[in-house]
Amino acid sequence: MENTTSHRNILIKSLLGAVVMFMFAIFVLPPLYDLFCEITGIGGKTGDAYTATEVAVDTTREVEVQFVATNNATMPWEFYPVEHKVVVHPGEQKEIVFYAKNLTGMDMVGQAIPNVLPNNAADYFLKTECFCFNNQPLAAGDDAELAVVFIIDPDLPASVNTVTLSYTIFDITDREAMQVSQLQ
Amino acid sequence: MAHGPSESFFSRWLFSTNHKDIGTLYLWFSFAMFLLGGAFAMVIRAELFQPGMQLIEPEFFNQMTTMHGLVMVFGAIMPAFVGLANWMIPMMIGAPDMALPRMNNLSFWILPFAFAILVATLFMEGGGPNFGWTFYAPLSTTYAPDTVNYFIFGVHIMGASSIMGSINIIATVINMRAPGMTYMKMPLFVWTWVITAFLLVAVMPVLAGAVTMMLMDINFGTSFFDAAGGGDPVLFQHVFWFFGHPEVYIIILPAFGVVSQIIPTFSRKPLFGYSSMVYATASIAFLSFIVWAHHMFTVGMPIAGELYFMYATMLIAVPTGVKVFNWVTTMYKGALTFETPMLFSIAFVILFTFGGFTGMMLSIAAADTQYHDTYFVVAHFHYVMVAGAVFSGTAAVYYWLPKWCGRMYDETMGKVQFWIAFIAFNITFMPQHFLGLAGMPRRYADYGLQFADWNMVSSVGAFMYGGAQLLFLFNVIRTIGWGKPIDDPKVWEGAEGLEWTLPTPAPFHTFSTPPVLK
Repeated sequence: MENTTSHRNILIKSLLGAVVMFMFAIFVLPPLYDLFCEITGIGGKTGDAYTATEVAVDTTREVEVQFVATNNATMPWEFYPVEHKVVVHPGEQKEIVFYAKNLTGMDMVGQAIPNVLPNNAADYFLKTECFCFNNQPLAAGDDAELAVVFIIDPDLPASVNTVTLSYTIFDITDREAMQVSQLQ
Repeated sequence: MAHGPSESFFSRWLFSTNHKDIGTLYLWFSFAMFLLGGAFAMVIRAELFQPGMQLIEPEFFNQMTTMHGLVMVFGAIMPAFVGLANWMIPMMIGAPDMALPRMNNLSFWILPFAFAILVATLFMEGGGPNFGWTFYAPLSTTYAPDTVNYFIFGVHIMGASSIMGSINIIATVINMRAPGMTYMKMPLFVWTWVITAFLLVAVMPVLAGAVTMMLMDINFGTSFFDAAGGGDPVLFQHVFWFFGHPEVYIIILPAFGVVSQIIPTFSRKPLFGYSSMVYATASIAFLSFIVWAHHMFTVGMPIAGELYFMYATMLIAVPTGVKVFNWVTTMYKGALTFETPMLFSIAFVILFTFGGFTGMMLSIAAADTQYHDTYFVVAHFHYVMVAGAVFSGTAAVYYWLPKWCGRMYDETMGKVQFWIAFIAFNITFMPQHFLGLAGMPRRYADYGLQFADWNMVSSVGAFMYGGAQLLFLFNVIRTIGWGKPIDDPKVWEGAEGLEWTLPTPAPFHTFSTPPVLK
């Protein structure tokens, strides 16, 4: 048939289009979503480790920072903030501690995922040190004090007087089977 | 060169490259899936007939709601319209067959395997998919039964089938129109299908991407949707609805096409506003890509996002309104007769518009917080999917069946079926609006006592509606086997278009030489 090449043309172009959309779904949409959340602060994700620079402490302003700890559905650890809230000046470096205890008879690995509310504060919550940057292996019955060192950026929007830092701790023992064997 | 179909039953149907035979296969397959999905719905409604647990376990109830949705969307409605496209598009544009006949065979014959895999999970340890047809992570990843891998494989096969079927339609319409059949002379069914085909090629791969990411999260330790590893379950909803919203228009656009063929025939007037219909279809297709997050107003979007998705969604009512206006105006001052296909088409226009209005209610972000995941949503999408897609599919079968097999269906039985279906449909789904507004959540096997009365009414309607489908099956089989033979090429007095210039019943090969257009 005289149309054969043309049929094949449409077939190849359409299949290429389908492959491009498949790649788009897997390789473009997730990073695009992360980027969007990072720019807008939606999801309350905080950034990676922040290297402290000299900033003037704004002593005229006080911000209350509250701490919340949540266990994800299947996580049997004891997990809570030692202090439930602190009041800081923007620019001031502050260290606080969360307590975690593995109540089970098994060696486990936990991973805490941070979240900051309100959303427009997420970009101004700077952590120079956080246990959430790594996962937390705890042998059976062990406990640990987990430190967070943070600075509230003085550029924090004026409307925000209270910031809530929440950690949800997940059981990632299955993912990190290697580390569990090292504990023993 | 006039070869008939192969003599052997197996080689005729297994190796067929004939668009009519493959169309028939698609239609029978989709009807089988329609009955299966309907049986699942009957189980759901039987359990919900009274409050409390009577017949099945809640786990099995969840599998039933999930499988009902998956089988109806991917197994019944989509293959039904692909079947109609296979039968009608070559006949409507004056082509001898589809452009890629062997791929056509492949795209049909992988479908039964996809659904065999999917349905087989019901008999496996752990049961079938139980996470809703939208398979939100982490229900479909962290908390899914082990059989989820079969589900993923099944979805991949369905996607491949749809993509191949669509490419075939695109190639046929672009390359194989008869001389003189310009784009703006194509019947509207062809137009709606070619636009649908482009939507399918664009979004079925996104669905494949979503299930592939699930597969990797479940089996290969990635964290696309797993918060513990830094992923985000909300991302799943975005990816899913980026596929899912165009998907609902994939289902309804060919239905628009069918109704746009039938209403002019029985109004004995040309379709009012043909070109506006084409542009409206294209606008709906475009808008379908930019409104997906109206399915997820409650995930915690910023107010700007909610407002954008709300207004963009409301915008869809404009081209849809154009279509409804055109159908009504086509009927205005027409010489109307009310044969079964016309009855189903008029019911389509009325009930689809009703479903469109409840959709407008749902699009209001502030109000959606109350309606979200209630029976109001269930009622809404059954008005547009059942009274939309299924009614129009039924209308299409009654409209073209005499052309296909050269025998007339029983008009009285068709009308009886219509009235039972129309009344039963409304008895089933109208009360679900009230249940939803009163706060009954969807996808639960049990409910509070205050919802008991309307649930019982709804279940009675559902059983009646199921019965009407058996009457439909009986009427179709009776027509094919024992219907009154007819040989009028036009079948219907007011029918216009190339397919009605062919002999009745339509020969195995048609338009071996292209027709001449006036």
